[in-house]
Order: sequence, then C-alpha cells, then structure tokens
Amino acid sequence: MSEATPAPAAPSILAERLAARFGGRIAGIVTRLGETTIEVAADDLVGIATALRDDPDFRFEQLVDLCGVDYLGYGEDEWRTSQETTGTGFSRGVEGQGPGRFKWDERPRDVAIPRRFAVVVHLLSISHNRRLRVRCFCPDDALPVVPSLTGVWPGANWFEREAFDLFGIVFEGHPDLRRILTDYGFVGHPFRKDFPLIGNVEVRYDPEQKRVVYQPVSIEPRVNVARVIREDARWAQARAEEADQWQEN
Amino acid sequence: MAGGEIRNYTMNFGPQHPAAHGVLRLVLELDGEVVVRADPHVGLLHRATEKLAESKPYNQSIGYMDRLDYVSMMCNEHGYVRAIEKLMGIEAPIRAQYIRTMFDEITRILNHLMWIGSNALDLGAMAVFLYAFREREELMDCYEAVSGARMHATYYRPGGVYRDLPDRMPQYRESPWHKGKDLKRLNAWREGSMLDFLDAFTDDFPRRVDEYEELLTTNRIWKQRTVGIGVVSPEQALAWSMSGPMLRGSGIEWDLRKKQPYAAYADVDFDIPVGANGDCYDRYLVRVEEMRQSNRIIKQCVAWLRQNPGPVIVDNFKVAPPPRAEMKRDMEALIHHFKLFTEGYCVPAGEAYAAVEAPKGEFGVYLVSDGANKPFRLKVRAPGFPHLSSIDEIVKGHMLPDVVAMIGTYDIVFGEIDR
Repeated sequence: MSEATPAPAAPSILAERLAARFGGRIAGIVTRLGETTIEVAADDLVGIATALRDDPDFRFEQLVDLCGVDYLGYGEDEWRTSQETTGTGFSRGVEGQGPGRFKWDERPRDVAIPRRFAVVVHLLSISHNRRLRVRCFCPDDALPVVPSLTGVWPGANWFEREAFDLFGIVFEGHPDLRRILTDYGFVGHPFRKDFPLIGNVEVRYDPEQKRVVYQPVSIEPRVNVARVIREDARWAQARAEEADQWQEN
Repeated sequence: MAGGEIRNYTMNFGPQHPAAHGVLRLVLELDGEVVVRADPHVGLLHRATEKLAESKPYNQSIGYMDRLDYVSMMCNEHGYVRAIEKLMGIEAPIRAQYIRTMFDEITRILNHLMWIGSNALDLGAMAVFLYAFREREELMDCYEAVSGARMHATYYRPGGVYRDLPDRMPQYRESPWHKGKDLKRLNAWREGSMLDFLDAFTDDFPRRVDEYEELLTTNRIWKQRTVGIGVVSPEQALAWSMSGPMLRGSGIEWDLRKKQPYAAYADVDFDIPVGANGDCYDRYLVRVEEMRQSNRIIKQCVAWLRQNPGPVIVDNFKVAPPPRAEMKRDMEALIHHFKLFTEGYCVPAGEAYAAVEAPKGEFGVYLVSDGANKPFRLKVRAPGFPHLSSIDEIVKGHMLPDVVAMIGTYDIVFGEIDR
C-alpha cells in the first residue's frame, strides 16, 4: 500500500453516498461534529455491513470498535433546578436514584423502555481515510438479540463477547459467545444501568472454611456529585452555527 | 498405557507466569509442542473504568485513563480529553497542543522502552531491560517535573494542560547512593529548565537506541526467536482490527498522526516506519524506528516551545479553573472554581469518537453525553484488546516458545485490555 491515502473526505459527501446507495434501508443519517452516524435495522445489519466493507465507494476494511449502550435513564437528572427548590434543600440532589446510588436489592426492576439497548459499531476505511458509526437498536428489550458481525470482520469476536458480558446483548451467529471480562460464574450484566455500581457480591478469604467465599457486598453506595443537566445557551448557539456550516458544505 | 490413544495436551499458561505480562491466563491446547488452540482468559484486572466514569463528573475520570494502559499514560488522557473537547467544541491553545505532542512522544518512547526491555527479557536477553530502564528513568523525571507524579500524571485537561512547563528541572540531592562524581553526572543536564533537559536528552538518545540495536538487531539468538515468527498478513491485520505497530509491521502505512492529524502533528516533521514481512522482527524494527522518530518530534517541539510562550489552557472558566491570584480578588472566579470542582461542567448532548495514535495503536474514546455533568456512556477502545483477540489465529501451528514471542510483540498491557 504505497499509494498516498487521501485526506479525510468531507463527511457530507459520505452521507450523500450512503443515502444514494442504501436509501430506505437505513433509518437515519446524521452528520455531527464531523462524524457520520447511520441507524440500521437488526435484520439488515449483516447485509449492510458486508456492502460497506466490499463496495468500492465505501471500503470500510476495518471494524475499529463495537460496543453496547444501555439507554435506560438517558436524559434524566437528579437535581431539578427549574422546579421549586427551597422546600427540600440539599437532599433533592443526593437522594436521587441515578447511576451508582442504589444497591442490588433496590435496583430498578421490570423496567421496559422501548429501544433500550443498542450496539454501536465504529468503522474505518483505510483506503478512503473515513470513519463511520453504525447504530443498531435491539428489537426486543427483554432479550436483546442482534446478528453477529464476526462473519464480516473477524475482529468483532471479542468486542461482541464483551458487549454480551457487560450488557447481555446476544449476538446471533457468534461462534463462541462466552463471558470475557467478568469473573467465572458471574451473575448479571454489570454495565446495564440497573446494575448497581457497588456490585452484587464480594469475595473474602474465610479462615474457618480455609477458602475464598462470596458474600453480599458490605459497602454502601456512595456518589458524591449529583447528576445535573443544565441547558446552556452557548451550546444551543454552537449547534445552530454548526448546522449552518454543514449546509454550506 | 496399552491401547491408549494420543490426545492433545491442555496447558494453563499464567496468570502468574512472568511472560504473561500481567494477568493473562492462556489456555493452550498442545499437540506435542505445537499449539493447536490458544484461548486467552482476560478480565482478571477488570475494574469497570467505564462504569465508574458514569458516576462522576468528567474531569474526575482523567486519572482513570492513566491507569488503563499504565505504560503510556498521557496518550490515554489525550484520547479522553479530546473526546470531551470535541463534544464541547473547545480547542486547546497552540502551546498546549505542542506540549501534548511532546508528551505523547515522550510517552511513546517510555512505552517502547518498556516493551523492548520486557520483550527481550521474555526471549532471554537480560541486558536490554537494564539499558532501557536507564532512559525510562530520565523521561519519568519529566513526567514528575511537569505533573508531580511519575506515572499517573492527570496532566491533560479538557481545554489544554494543567500548567506550563517548569522553569527548573528538579535535581538529585546528595545521598548515600548519589554523591560525588556520580551526582555531578546525574545533574549535568538538570541545571536549566525542563526544555534544556529534554534538549540534552534528545541529543543523546539516538546513541542510546544504537546501543539497544547493537544488542539485538544482528543478534543471532534474537533473530532466531523473531524472524518469521508470528507472521501477520496485511489482510489479517485489517480483519482483526489491528492498529499501530501491529498494522505497520505488516506493511500497511497507517498512522493517525499523519492521516488524521491532531494536536500539533500536522506541523512537525517525521516519518512512518513500515515493515515488510509482518513478523515479530519487523515489528521490533518498526518500534525501534518509532523511537527515533519520536525523538525527532520531541526535538522540534522543544525548539517551538522555547520560541513561543503563551497560555496552556483555555480562558473559559466553565471548563478550566481560574488562576489562583484571580480567585483572591474576584468573586466570579471563586464561584467558577467552586462549581468546576464540585459539580463540574455539563457537556452538550451528543456523541463523539476521538482517537489518538497511542504507542500500542489506536486508542479511541467513544463518549455519549445526554447533557449532564457526567458521561452517559464511555467506551474505551483499547488497542491491545483486538490485538490479543487474534492470538488464536496467529499462533496456531507455532511452537510453545513462539507464543511468548507473540505475547511480547503484541505489546499487551492488561490495564487497557481489561479496563
């Protein structure tokens, strides 16, 4: 590969080409911050991935990253400054149920929000010097299943195992879907938003039984800073300017 | 055993094996001494960095990044702060960009020195380790001079770096271990500023690289252990998501510093070394050459930084703390300081992926923000993770000692693989 790699192409060109090639097969093309994101249905993921890899217009030879995302609680804060604030004092911040603030028994259960789990894939085209993000929502939230990309990029193997381990997303067609990062015999999927930050069990050496034993965690959840969402006028301004910029391209 | 059948032998390698580079547990299926299957068990160092980051303000997770790949600390920070900067639409001042470039390259040399030392040690050459750690010590001192910590610096911040380079390089004091002529030699470069020290270091370093090469490059044993071992074809390198020296060793000219430049890489002059055969020896040569190129970049950054004083962090008190002197007289500044270090700053909703060319390959950070002061989801794309995932494909058919050579050439660090 001695021929010079082209400079990063303008993302809007990529977006146009994607729209022209796939049309209605992709649900949305968003270009923000110079990054293009497409949304793909789970049934069509492997087909589109193969086309993205082989089509000379795209040539995404490499899968850079694949990860799961749990959208439970997206956009929720713990400290509402817009409402009546004087009555409850500081506790309005620290009694929230945000990430890291609940124990195993207090975890939110039976949560069903639509389109909770997604798989996000980052692709890189070395010949065109381009990146693309592909998002695929899992159709079923109770048992999130998406097709495996190991047939298209073998490097997806461990990334999918990781997403399965941490989020419980099942990759159909994966040759060896085992847990990868958590302990042997681990229960639960720790990166789900309804899994407590302090965990479920801890290990210690028991001098009486002369072996390492598991027991329920003895620590208390402790998160010092509340989760706050503040609308900042400057970001709105920046977004508007950015939108103009993309139109110019 | 009469009538017994011949079966493959399963061997457990690690996690306490010295050549396992930390906590790799490798279950090997052997046919005689030939590897039939390699099944790495990782995760023994899993600390859920990404989940921890979801529970604290953005700036409080910079320190976690140092602890991912703990031999290339500042490069990890760079990936993380770049993702935040991208989402917030802020850009570090030019001097900070040069400081980052310089420290990224110092980090690259630190990493490659650690790699050359430990890889040679794995393959039976003790001396290289001692040589490499001599230079590492000097660069560690630069880390310490600039941030106060030898390893976990937390020096890069969104919007720049925490403070400007020190005017005085710390010196060794007299002690029972350092005295007389020895002390004088140690302090010879440390009379001036940190930039003077680095200038002297970069003048001297190519000679030191020659020393490592003298020990290894034409060494018969070294070549027997590495030439033709662990050949990764360019197709395999792409398919298995390899990056950095693993990709370049296989002959693919791809370096984010050149292809998608960030910090000040577009303004400095350097070359990308590329291998031809994709074996362990080529990757060794690529990394050695990268040290020389890094040295070149550091030298250019030193010259630039001497000429161009200026701010090293943005003048935006929403993301960077106000100067201490200003806090003494300005109430606004004090409020900003308090808010920044308690609640932090809110990052506009959206997602961003920022990657840097870390010494081991592409270190990427994928950040999803819902507009809060904490990340909604942080995904660290560590280069070592996909590298190690390919081990089964690469070492199949190799002899058992070649597995050790391959683990060494992957340059794996479990801080980043297990996260």
